[in-house]
Amino acid sequence: MSTDALRELYQEVILDHSKKPRNFREIDNASHDAKGHNPLCGDRLSLYVVVEDGVIRDMSFKGAGCAISTASASMMTEVLKGKTQAEAEALFESFHGVVTGKTDADEDALGKLAVFAGVRDYPVRVKCATLAWHTLNAALAEKEEAVSTE
Amino acid sequence: MTAPGNTEVVARSSASNRAFDVDRIRGEFPGLHQDIKGKPLVYLDNAASSQKPQQVIDAISDFYAHDYSNIHRGVHELSERATKAYESARLKVQAFMGAASEREIVFVRGTTEGINLVADSFGRANVGEGDEVLITTMEHHSNIVPWQMLCERNGASLKVVPINDRGELEMEEFKKLLGSKTKIVAVGHVSNALGTINPIRTIIELAHAQGTPVLIDGAQAAPHVAIDVRELDCDFYTISAHKMFGPSGMGALYAKESLLEKMPPYQGGGDMILSVSFEKTTYNRLPFRFEAGTPNIAGAVGFGATIDYLNGIGMDRIAAYEEELLDYGTNALRDVPGLRIVGEASHKASVISFVLDGIHPHDIGTILDQEGIAVRTGHHCAQPVMDRFGVAATARASLALYNTREDIDRLVEGLATVREVFS
Ligand SMILES: Cc1ncc(COP(=O)(O)O)c(C=O)c1O
Repeated sequence: MSTDALRELYQEVILDHSKKPRNFREIDNASHDAKGHNPLCGDRLSLYVVVEDGVIRDMSFKGAGCAISTASASMMTEVLKGKTQAEAEALFESFHGVVTGKTDADEDALGKLAVFAGVRDYPVRVKCATLAWHTLNAALAEKEEAVSTE
Repeated sequence: MTAPGNTEVVARSSASNRAFDVDRIRGEFPGLHQDIKGKPLVYLDNAASSQKPQQVIDAISDFYAHDYSNIHRGVHELSERATKAYESARLKVQAFMGAASEREIVFVRGTTEGINLVADSFGRANVGEGDEVLITTMEHHSNIVPWQMLCERNGASLKVVPINDRGELEMEEFKKLLGSKTKIVAVGHVSNALGTINPIRTIIELAHAQGTPVLIDGAQAAPHVAIDVRELDCDFYTISAHKMFGPSGMGALYAKESLLEKMPPYQGGGDMILSVSFEKTTYNRLPFRFEAGTPNIAGAVGFGATIDYLNGIGMDRIAAYEEELLDYGTNALRDVPGLRIVGEASHKASVISFVLDGIHPHDIGTILDQEGIAVRTGHHCAQPVMDRFGVAATARASLALYNTREDIDRLVEGLATVREVFS
């Protein structure tokens, strides 16, 4: 019984973040927030962002989801703190390219988010990996309606 | 055509004489014999849709190759052959469901269309302002949404029978909710999310005692247990061929002739009319009045072949085999550490829905797929059931006549891998 192929997807870092999500809390005075929903697996998350002068000062999330979507949300909140909105958008673009298999994982651009490269071999899981990011886009665009991956 | 009784008798007597030869049955399903991710496929997603026996695949391709034309309209030989093939499929479905007449069998795309037909046509004529439609918490979305749409259109309201922690209907609540305003009761025979077999006979008796007709969503029952609409005395019963080892896009609605006669047409078009002028259109007789347009002709032929296939084995033998397999599977899964079965009704068929401590069903599904094991994960088009049990989703292994104890053992091994990945 080999779990090697699975380890490509379920990397230690991902499992760690899914079991102990970082920034897993609400923010009362968030400047932006949004809700994301993946109807396929029932994942729901609420994202809270504090933006000051175009810089993301704080970010957190709550919700229930699969390991991939929870880890993705957790790592996103870590990675984006201190980044500008423009940097966040650029990072999402690189991240999206990698998890959909359109571009190769570029460690320089992605940093520790490169652990999600394994998702490319699981097309149905791309939505899990990108749910938090789509929700962030909606939060920053101040969309009222919940984002849905479907 | 053989009388419905005959096939049943053959099936029942052979049940005691012949062992259920699952290896032979497996041999008849080409789709089962392939490797997925380098491992032999274990197909446990039968409640979503089932694999097809060669006999059904051949019937469809032979029909297209030799007998295909449109039906009910040509004077030429091919049209005659196609019409005969289509109508003989209807007789097979009639016998399979135990209907009194072929006029009571309307071919539809599947259970979803069957329910929509009744909600639209029967509903339009019979459910009005202040009336009620009674369904249950465990219905598939297709036995919820058409009724919601009807209620919204006609100013009626939807009432929902609750379920207990084992996933069984609260019959005392059913009795309370069934009132003089209830114009129709719509309930699943077998729940796709929980496996519960509902006491539909009692439900039908109670509803009839006050003159309320009952629709049974038989999508999950038809592949597993014998159906006898006359014995049940239900008013509507609807099934999908694709869950019964037949073609997709094909199904049947049984409706009592006395009700069907009075129902307004569902869709308008060719074949459902006798004559059309701009002043007046006369509708066709039953069941054609409810089959507008060129139907799924090859689908019907395949459906007929599917029923021949099932009769060849015997529904009672299938049910007995699966009951034993479900027991085995339930016991095996109960022993998996951290696993909780969702849906433990005392009468169940074919379905084992479960959650694993701390591991999301979607992750379970992905890891099992790597092991060649196909299960469904998600809400199974039954979100109210998920809400009732406080879960966002479950993993579901659903069994069919071709599954074996080895399939269950592979699932248990696969779940050990899931736990290992997450350890
Ligand atoms: C209980 C139940 N009802 C209705 C349906 C809908 O059947 P179909 O999609 O074939 O129309 C399903 C299929 O998933 C089901 O399981």
